[in-house]
Amino acid sequence: MAIWLTKDSKVIVQGMTGSEGSKHTRRMLAAGTNVVGGVNPRKAGTTVDFDGTALPVFASVGEAVKETGADVSVIFVPPAFTKSAVIEAIDAEIPLAVVITEGVPVQDSAAFWAYNIAQGEKTRIIGPNCPGIASPGASNAGIIPADITPAGRIGLVSKSGTLTYQLMYELRDIGFSTCVGIGGDPIIGTTHIDALRAFQDDPETDAIVMIGEIGGDAEERAAEFIKANVTKPVVGYIAGFTAPPGKTMGHAGAIISGSAGTADAKKVALEAAGVKVGKTPSETARLMREVMS
Amino acid sequence: MDLFEYQGRDLFERHGLPVLGGGVAETPQEARSIAERLGGKVVVKAQVKVGGRGKAGGVKLADGADEAQARATDILGMDIKGHTVHKVMLAETADIKEEYYFSYLLDRANRTFLCIASVAGGMEIETVAEEDPDRVAKIAIDASKGVDEAKAREIVTAAQFPAEVADHVVDIAVKLWQAFVAEDATLVEVNPLAKVGDGRVLCLDAKITLDENASFRHPDHEALVDQSAVDPLEQAAKAKNLNYVKLDGEVGIIGNGAGLVMSTLDVVAYAGEKHGNVKPANFLDIGGGASAQVMANGLEIVLGDPAVKSVFVNVFGGITACDEVANGIVQALALLGERGESVTKPLVVRLDGNNAEAGRAILDGANNPLVERVDTMDGAADRAAELAAAGK
Repeated sequence: MAIWLTKDSKVIVQGMTGSEGSKHTRRMLAAGTNVVGGVNPRKAGTTVDFDGTALPVFASVGEAVKETGADVSVIFVPPAFTKSAVIEAIDAEIPLAVVITEGVPVQDSAAFWAYNIAQGEKTRIIGPNCPGIASPGASNAGIIPADITPAGRIGLVSKSGTLTYQLMYELRDIGFSTCVGIGGDPIIGTTHIDALRAFQDDPETDAIVMIGEIGGDAEERAAEFIKANVTKPVVGYIAGFTAPPGKTMGHAGAIISGSAGTADAKKVALEAAGVKVGKTPSETARLMREVMS
Repeated sequence: MDLFEYQGRDLFERHGLPVLGGGVAETPQEARSIAERLGGKVVVKAQVKVGGRGKAGGVKLADGADEAQARATDILGMDIKGHTVHKVMLAETADIKEEYYFSYLLDRANRTFLCIASVAGGMEIETVAEEDPDRVAKIAIDASKGVDEAKAREIVTAAQFPAEVADHVVDIAVKLWQAFVAEDATLVEVNPLAKVGDGRVLCLDAKITLDENASFRHPDHEALVDQSAVDPLEQAAKAKNLNYVKLDGEVGIIGNGAGLVMSTLDVVAYAGEKHGNVKPANFLDIGGGASAQVMANGLEIVLGDPAVKSVFVNVFGGITACDEVANGIVQALALLGERGESVTKPLVVRLDGNNAEAGRAILDGANNPLVERVDTMDGAADRAAELAAAGK
């Protein structure tokens, strides 16, 4: 059954008619995802053909939910419009909103997160600046390539897209229940801890890969959580041991500030919580292989 | 983007916050004319984006224009913790009675903003928090409500500001929040916020960080970029929309996705320990779905760095197609050759994922003696480090 995204999930795409949105809607459909429509107020009432699948375009998320019963929205709108798109998804009380957009101002992310809390947190937000969530063989909401790995019993949560793909690839013979890319921004909706909790409770997940990187203290807090709450084996990887302080390394949140946010501090915290931490992606895969054997 | 103090002072002034008169100078002569305009005693402050400049001798008092010119001559060109002083700020002096601390910043852990305020200002707030935690108030700000007068009063009470300055600090707290929001800042720090002889409360320093993701709605922020500090290669990369950070090693790195590139830096640094201690020369992320042209642009930037002795191209194709990457490598090498720039630096390429087979076939077909294919990330990192060590 995986976490948060299953074969029964009904997915809509905000920004489906844009270039990124349409490209990835096609890929999600090809992966077997039950995409049921898109949202664009200027093109409401039309349909878009994706290799023989005609998808309706709705005026709002609320209308799309009412007409299709959608329970997942994937958001591909440009940064300037992301805040209002997420707020629209929250207003529609859609259970899961996956925000792919990179480059969202942090005050906008803080604003839609505060709004979500004020509305009773009925919507799980993943991202922004993330590759989305994939439950191999079942459904795919975002841009994670669907053909890297078959279904299996490892859960994966990561700040980074390509490192997610790398680990999925290295462990493709074992397979994954769900892979969640939570994104590399300073403010994100779903955290490592949320995913760890869900994997701990998921009967189809036996072990968890957790990928972090420099910046903030999310990994340290995840380590505390693991120590207290996670009984399934967790293998970790942290990127950025050699990153210089004060420089943003690609992701807006990947910056060492003073002595805080270093890869070493994160590794120490995770190991203190009993997590085996790989020095490289391949060593991380090897550690997980030992766990699963 | 971190601002210089003088940029922060100007920004505070524009948002109606109480600051002292001041100006910025790049030469002793300019410093002199600013001191003449301000009149009387002035303070001459080195403009560097690093703490501890006072202890390093980068802040001096001057009585009159002659002294201001002399102090500016001393300070301009100084090295403060590796930062060369190119500018000094001159400001009026104040009769400081008490020094406080006030800031708004991003609180990543709680996914909101935080106010930190203390009546113990003028020193590093981290030091105060360690030695005297009761004197540091941390108040969460609800991002959807912000800081109005009532919230400002709550902050002032929590931080135990003296009654006689309470109204002043409330006013500053509200205006500072407005500036924080209006400019899309992730940090505004006033240290010290000072009570002066005539009873006013003034912002005597300004440390501001702006969110570069918000630059699309702040075209004026472009002018705040410190061009003198921008690495020419970083500038060239930015012009081509590439995410590049110059580092100080010898192995050029190109990859796709910030996490994988960071990881590649680490793996190369580990491999370098066995090969003459070579290190990564840069961070370069060609991003998702990169075309052959983007790959070629990236390679051109990395090969343009004279410190680079070998290049490691590490791509896991998710959206990015490996055949595009391979075509980009072949095209870039051909292009540089046509321009008469002889490429002599070896390239190690590892391709996996989307269209990897096709990409590998393109590289094998091109049969360029400089390009070497290695199947694993660890193996390729090791080979790139070995080649860089040999080229040193």
